[in-house]
Amino acid sequence: MSKRHVTTTIDGEGREFLCEDWQTLLDVLRDVLMKTGTKEGCGTGDCGACSVLLDGRLVCSCLMLAAEAEGRVIETVEGMAEGDRLHPLQQHFLQEAALQCGICTPGFLVAARALLAQNPDPSEREVRFWLAGNLCRCTGYDKIVRAVLAAAAEMRGAEA
Amino acid sequence: MSEKSTEGRPLKWVGTRPVRPDGVEKVTGRARYGADFARPDMLWGHVLRSPHAHARIRRIDVRRALELDGVKAIVTGDDLPEIASEQAFVGEEPTDYRMLSQNVLARGKVGYVGHAVAAVAATTSAVAEEALRLIEVDYEILPHVLDVLSATADDAPLVHDDLCDRKGVKKNPSNIANEIEMGHGDPEAAFTNADVVVDRSFTTQAVHQGYIEPHACLAEAGPDGQVTIWCSSQGQFMVRGYTAKLLGLDLAQVRVVPAEIGGGFGGKTTVYLEPLAVALSQRSGRPVKMVMSREEVFRATGPASATRIRVKIGATKEGQFLAGEAWLDYEAGAFPGSSVAAGSMTIFAPYAFEHARSHGRDILVNKPKSAAYRAPGAPMAAFAVESVVDDLARQLEIDPIDLRLQNAAREGVQSSFGPRYKRIGFVETLQAAQEHPHYDAPLQPNQGRGVAAGMWFNAGLQSSAAVMVNADGSVSVISGNPDIGGSRASLAMMAAEEFGIEYEKVGVRIGDTASVGYNDVTGGSRVTLATGKMVVEASQEVISQLCERAAKVWDVDVKRVHWADGKAKVLDDEAIEPLGLAEIATGAARTGGPIQAIASGSVRGVGMSFGVHLCDVEVDPETGKVDVIRYTAFQDAGRAIHPSYVEGQIQGGAAQGIGWALNEEYVFDDSGRLENSGFLDYRMPVASDLPMIDAVIIEVPNPDHPYGVRGVGEAPIVPPIPAVVNALRAATGVCFSDLPVSPPRVLEALDAVS
Ligand code: FES
Ligand code: FES
Repeated sequence: MSKRHVTTTIDGEGREFLCEDWQTLLDVLRDVLMKTGTKEGCGTGDCGACSVLLDGRLVCSCLMLAAEAEGRVIETVEGMAEGDRLHPLQQHFLQEAALQCGICTPGFLVAARALLAQNPDPSEREVRFWLAGNLCRCTGYDKIVRAVLAAAAEMRGAEA
Repeated sequence: MSEKSTEGRPLKWVGTRPVRPDGVEKVTGRARYGADFARPDMLWGHVLRSPHAHARIRRIDVRRALELDGVKAIVTGDDLPEIASEQAFVGEEPTDYRMLSQNVLARGKVGYVGHAVAAVAATTSAVAEEALRLIEVDYEILPHVLDVLSATADDAPLVHDDLCDRKGVKKNPSNIANEIEMGHGDPEAAFTNADVVVDRSFTTQAVHQGYIEPHACLAEAGPDGQVTIWCSSQGQFMVRGYTAKLLGLDLAQVRVVPAEIGGGFGGKTTVYLEPLAVALSQRSGRPVKMVMSREEVFRATGPASATRIRVKIGATKEGQFLAGEAWLDYEAGAFPGSSVAAGSMTIFAPYAFEHARSHGRDILVNKPKSAAYRAPGAPMAAFAVESVVDDLARQLEIDPIDLRLQNAAREGVQSSFGPRYKRIGFVETLQAAQEHPHYDAPLQPNQGRGVAAGMWFNAGLQSSAAVMVNADGSVSVISGNPDIGGSRASLAMMAAEEFGIEYEKVGVRIGDTASVGYNDVTGGSRVTLATGKMVVEASQEVISQLCERAAKVWDVDVKRVHWADGKAKVLDDEAIEPLGLAEIATGAARTGGPIQAIASGSVRGVGMSFGVHLCDVEVDPETGKVDVIRYTAFQDAGRAIHPSYVEGQIQGGAAQGIGWALNEEYVFDDSGRLENSGFLDYRMPVASDLPMIDAVIIEVPNPDHPYGVRGVGEAPIVPPIPAVVNALRAATGVCFSDLPVSPPRVLEALDAVS
């Protein structure tokens, strides 16, 4: 059976790829396009390590078929910084030491970005519930929550 | 005691919170973890796993699988060399090479559901998986044992019929792989003098380390016999040592390149995939990549042991502990080597007992081989002993921290596992908890507060580090320990401190096995401690070379030269312009060549790190759900090099312990099949389950480290279970002795009392 041809936009760049019908977007990102910044922790939608934005909506790329990316806009952690300029979330994750091993970090950053896009001023509780789909085994979440709140405050300040 | 102690000297970096050197890579997705490597022409490997808990393998037929288009190699147990029984100690738990080899690939018999039986390499992952379905295995199903009680029954089926002791001598057939005993005095006699004796039994279930990154590796065996492995682990030298041994290769033939590691917590101190990937690469002549699924991680990699522990403590009515005795049975899984020894060592360690004894048994069951999990063996032991201490405080009507203070181990006290304590910070840690506003903050109905203590060792073990000065005056440090939680930052800070230069001028790399001297695994809370000590020693050696070079330039006696603020200066002649790192390094060609030093050594003596946790819970009497509403953890860090990462260790350990107490457990059906092999059913804490975790760092310097560091990676997981359970008791009045205290269990207990 021949592969399927898909045209899409990933991290601001037009991309084309060939995939099998059954391949997930995560498989294609990591193994076909070699964009390994997006991680796989479970492959079943339970850990959030594979989080990406699909037309601005937060999805688990391990639960989405690559073929469904046709004509869509995909954003991963790799597109968050503008050149050398880190996104405020990335900056605050570093400052607050919100990562230890860092394997969960790409997923948390993408998920937090989606949160702040729709709620620029979340409470601690809102952050915790929004991020409940992302597992981190290292940090106990404390510093992650603080980093998201600090980034939100900075981003609000920048807009004011 | 270090001759070059830093006490009294002003410190510029130690104690500050700079951004870690590997941070930007990790927030931009550029850092490469175990599964992020690829090679041209690479094959994908998958493992066929046993569907049975215990069975003899009569025959494996791989012919149909080999015929499948795209399949390039298959290995079964017959393809790996037979390994003699030999004790290895490279990780955190004792390992016998023969058993390790059998765990990596079954020979003759499978010992648990998920045990590897064959491995396939094919051109795509999908073809490799399809090939697994074409392998025919003829099993003779054997009766199995799934818990300590049935495994130790008289007529129990044997998990191994050819078990040997540590000296290779065949043992009487039984499922008790090892028995240990330690302690001092005569507890039995002393109990008769006690005013109160509490004697209780506890059970805990197997739990998984739960690292988010599944095991993964890429191996390439060249036609010249040279092997390269890219993988994430807690020790590239461990992977090299185990893989070489299991495949009969020379260590020098194998190079292991450490990837970033996405969590380990002890579970990545052994090998599962690497020898298989190398064997497949040798047979196919192509690089082979293998990545476990989450289900495989649960079924086939090490959980922490399920345990049964009985603890008995006798005290006077004034609260003085007279005697303690403990019986610990830990499930090893299908191969010997649980963490029962460490459990037995730590169980009474926080307290001064005149009479203390523990009896530990390592018990074989048909479950995955247990592996180290953060402070291996200690959290379960602490659950038992700290629950009993809580009982004593209640019965004696003594404040639980006062009772612990009264009996706390301190300098000079004989520990229950042998040595006398040097300077330790347990008393200070207890006092900090007692004085903290959390300790007497008001509580609402259905809420309760628990307190618990715990300790863990700081392993020293073998470390090496290289330090070199570059021509521009920057400094490169090469460490041989994978950085799991920010150790690169602390190593860079210690080097910057020694040289008196900016932190940003120090680059730290984790070297592969061919570029830096041998290092034991990242584990045992040892990297900042032991490898840090090597970085300090190598830096000091480089500094004395820098002084010599400067003396040559100036043509003065080296005794007149000293190093301060990043420069060589002549002590008694201020007219001579000091020379900085860059100036000395650019001229190095004329003064004796490149400037570098390697320090390596066995860091001896074990340090101790103590923690005390306060936990408030709220119980929903309708559902039995327990919420942790406030949590404060006090930890003696000796000296916190980078306080954020110390706090991070404390918070992470506390969260894991809370999960262990409240929810996490391996659930097996009668046939020995794990029923919850995914994150949906094996429920680890998520952000909405937890409050902020306040981490309070106590600093009682470790006399064996140049900066006073104590390892903090593990102790924080020891107190949480009893802290949660003691809080639950305060909230409900019910004593819980079995983990996890999940909602059904809590509800059942509440119904029973009402
Ligand atoms: S890998 Fe997609 S949710 Fe875990
Ligand atoms: S930092 Fe390791 S899993 Fe989150």
